[in-house]
Amino acid sequence: MNPFSSGTRLRDMIRAIRACKTAAEERAVVRKECAAIRAAISENDQDYRHRNLAKLMFIHMLGYPTHFGQMECLKLIASADFPEKRIGYLGLMLLLDERQEVLMLVTNSLKQDLNHSNQYIVGLALCALGNICSAEMARDLAPEVERLLQSRDPNIKKKAALCSIRIIRKVPDLAENFMGPASALLKEKHHGVLIAGVQLCTDLCKASTEALQYLRKNCTDGSIRILRDVSNSPYAPEYDISGITDPFLHIRVLKLMRMFGQGDADASEYMNDILAQVATKTESNKNAGNAILYECVETIMGIEATSGLRVLAINILGRFLSNRDNNIRYVALNMLMKAVAVDAQAVQRHRSTILECVKDSDASIRKRALELVYLLVNETNVKPLTKELVDYLEVSEQDFKGDLTAKICSIIEKYSPDKLWYIDQMLKVLSEAGNYVKDDVWHALIVVVSNASDLQGYTVRSLYRAFQTSLEQETLVRVAVWCIGEYGEMLVNNVGVLDGEEPITVTESDAVDVVEAALKHHSSDITTRAMSLIALLKLSSRFPPITERIREIITLEKGSLLLELQQRSIEFHAIIQKHQNIKSSLLERMPVLDESTYVKKKVGSSDGTLSANKTSQRATSGTSVNIPNGVGKQPAAPLADLLDLSSDDAPVSSSSATDFLNDLLGVDLTSQSSSGVVSTGNADILMDLLSIGTSPVQNDLLSPDISSTHNHISSVAASEKIPPVSSTPSTVKGVALETKSPQAHAPLPVLDLLDGLSNMSFSDENLLFPSITAFQSSGLKMTFSFTKQPEKPQVTQIKATFTNLSSNMYTDFLFQAAVPKFVQLHLDPASSNILPASGNGSITQSLSLTNTQHGQKALAMRFRIAYKVNNQDMLEQGQVNNFPPGL
Amino acid sequence: MGIRFVLLVNKQGQTRLAQYYEYLTLDERRALEGEIVRKCLARTEHQCSFVEHRNYKVVYRRYASLFFLVGVDNDENELAILEFIHLLVETMDRHFGNVCELDIMFHLEKAHFMLEEMVMNGCIVETNKQNILAPIQLMDKAS
Repeated sequence: MNPFSSGTRLRDMIRAIRACKTAAEERAVVRKECAAIRAAISENDQDYRHRNLAKLMFIHMLGYPTHFGQMECLKLIASADFPEKRIGYLGLMLLLDERQEVLMLVTNSLKQDLNHSNQYIVGLALCALGNICSAEMARDLAPEVERLLQSRDPNIKKKAALCSIRIIRKVPDLAENFMGPASALLKEKHHGVLIAGVQLCTDLCKASTEALQYLRKNCTDGSIRILRDVSNSPYAPEYDISGITDPFLHIRVLKLMRMFGQGDADASEYMNDILAQVATKTESNKNAGNAILYECVETIMGIEATSGLRVLAINILGRFLSNRDNNIRYVALNMLMKAVAVDAQAVQRHRSTILECVKDSDASIRKRALELVYLLVNETNVKPLTKELVDYLEVSEQDFKGDLTAKICSIIEKYSPDKLWYIDQMLKVLSEAGNYVKDDVWHALIVVVSNASDLQGYTVRSLYRAFQTSLEQETLVRVAVWCIGEYGEMLVNNVGVLDGEEPITVTESDAVDVVEAALKHHSSDITTRAMSLIALLKLSSRFPPITERIREIITLEKGSLLLELQQRSIEFHAIIQKHQNIKSSLLERMPVLDESTYVKKKVGSSDGTLSANKTSQRATSGTSVNIPNGVGKQPAAPLADLLDLSSDDAPVSSSSATDFLNDLLGVDLTSQSSSGVVSTGNADILMDLLSIGTSPVQNDLLSPDISSTHNHISSVAASEKIPPVSSTPSTVKGVALETKSPQAHAPLPVLDLLDGLSNMSFSDENLLFPSITAFQSSGLKMTFSFTKQPEKPQVTQIKATFTNLSSNMYTDFLFQAAVPKFVQLHLDPASSNILPASGNGSITQSLSLTNTQHGQKALAMRFRIAYKVNNQDMLEQGQVNNFPPGL
Repeated sequence: MGIRFVLLVNKQGQTRLAQYYEYLTLDERRALEGEIVRKCLARTEHQCSFVEHRNYKVVYRRYASLFFLVGVDNDENELAILEFIHLLVETMDRHFGNVCELDIMFHLEKAHFMLEEMVMNGCIVETNKQNILAPIQLMDKAS
């Protein structure tokens, strides 16, 4: 016998683990035990298999890997001994899941056990199947389960019913087989069978409308009868919970009735009486009774109930809301959210109570209440409600501020009656919780300010005041800095003073002080600092007397370690120093920002990535000063850098780009440094050149061309080990990626060079090719149309047209493609990145493919399309194989 | 589906029983348990028994040193889950007689058997204590 496996008993192992004082000790004990169990498994130890599996389950619970024990479960399941089988099944359900292939091996054992004569063994098999079966197993074993649904034993019946739920979820097509047996289950007396049958019916209704109609027709009466019986039933000790018989069954039946009654007046009509009875007669002093009332209210709200019944339901919620028990109040708030859609007026009556709940000490209740308040806001009550919420913002807990701020901002944006109020409230929020305000919110504020010419003076003065007290609120600082840069003279000269506004005296140098403070404050991030620099530049033209001081402040940043700031400060310094003549026109106030384009952009803007942030910030925050170089430049996507041969700076995020390339090509280019990536690309192109150059025709003509036009490629390539020229031409790799920046240099010139070379060897071909639908999914269609120049048969111009087949607009649309190594691909920028819904417009994008093995190999392409629907990322990918022959 | 997972955790935050009705990797499970336990254990007695976490709602109840946590879908009846937890505890009580943490630790498989009789694939199957315990008692008798 193995010296290890005879060792500890389960009990001893648990004791040893309990005795561990530190996590490290525990790990050591577990490691030792696992080693022993592995040894026992490899020796195929039979005596202790049972105990080892029990140990493994304990170890699994503690969160250690136990995959090596999976096969043991299968062996135990196959055992004839009941306790062994029992533990085997338990292990199966705990240690395995439907994704493991091992599971397929168990199908046969399950089938045998489902047909076993012992009801407990059948029960076990059903239970396991119900917990872990995969779609394939569901298909294989569905007939057995159907048969067991007709069994006489209630214990088997109930488990078979729940097992059917799993099967239907995995394979919805099978739903129709279960409709008949499911409705029969509702006629049973055994509560276990009833509760399982009711749940099966509910799931069938969700799975198919056909089943819903069938069950609604055949089971509405049945479900009403179950509810009536259980709620009128006399005391039943085994099912009694604080004076109510089986609240669980109550609740499940009420859920099922909700399915039946939804959108069906007749079925709802039938239910009115019993629902009224349950709603009025159920005791509400115990949790169980409240649980039923809660479910009953939800059903009344969900079906086409009479108005009397609805009043009853809302009153129950009102009672819940004033309950002292937090649990009850929580569910009341939860339910009222659903009730708002049905009867907003009735919910409004409880507004003050709900508002109190926003300030509750319990985070769960606060969150619910806040969401409810949000739903209750309308044009008439927005002012008092916002005031309450903003006041509360001052005292709320830190971790609640994020949610609260987002909701307040959304309310202000949606319902503000006038611009002054909007600006006032936003400033309050910004100075209270500016660090929690999302970018699009303060961007929107700036757009509004820019449009409200009569309020700009007021706004900039208010911001100046707020800045003095809330310097650490990042977004407030940004808005303040932007406004001071734009409207600095309004601040100093008190332009456009509103009635009731306190006068304020600010000197030019005070204004500069503020911006300087923002630039130098430790909590300011790069965006804020960059904005401060621009504000300073603008102020230098607004306040000529202190230009010199501004120049000094800007000069300080010349040494910044942040490239962005350093670049800006050098450029701005040059403007102040050398370009006096154009400065004033350069630094004019920004034209009024167009609100409608901003709204569009907001939909399309992707937040998160640095470059996107930068772009949107530039677009909205006044950087459209046309500085000759640098600032005006769109940040080129890192991917463009990758292919950009003439680019000097190495791509910043080369590692991610590499991954991405790997993904796209399905090639493993592990761990390459950034320069490695770039040079690989270069080398490939060079190899491409060389391999073609081996064709005896034009060798000598080619080489000088390379060295003259692309000498820096060859220098890079020379440092790489290039395979001998005789290597096969298929080492050519063509990768083209979507680039937003027009000046990205794709390796097109090189290609043209090739085109000129090899085209003489091919004769003209038929150049008309039919358009194809390259890809179609439920929401998106991509068609390709082709054109070819007769003198360049290997170059195909493709016009890709994308059409949106869904009813939602797609934003951030991005098409990317990869081709086999013998093809070169060049992608032009797309016509847009927004794809309107339902085919109302399309995006076009041209591609140019160069098939270096034209006439020998057919084109193929892999692609990936990313876009956002309602701000959710979507991804489609696939392969285009249906290119017309001859491309 | 209703119930997504059932967790038993002691006051120190150590897991004493874990049953998941949907697939999570080991790392996800550890992370989830850590986060939820931290959230729930930090709450005081007069706060409500429901915590929203990621896309779950966690309903929890404390019995002496043990926390029973049940993760459910958002449309599940929270009050009913509280009753379910109580029923589970009563069932364990009936079997072990005044159940405590050690009973569950040393008879983990039995605790699982009970849970298995009560919940299948996230749905409640049986609420009758007699019916739940019958198979376990039969097995005890046989051995």
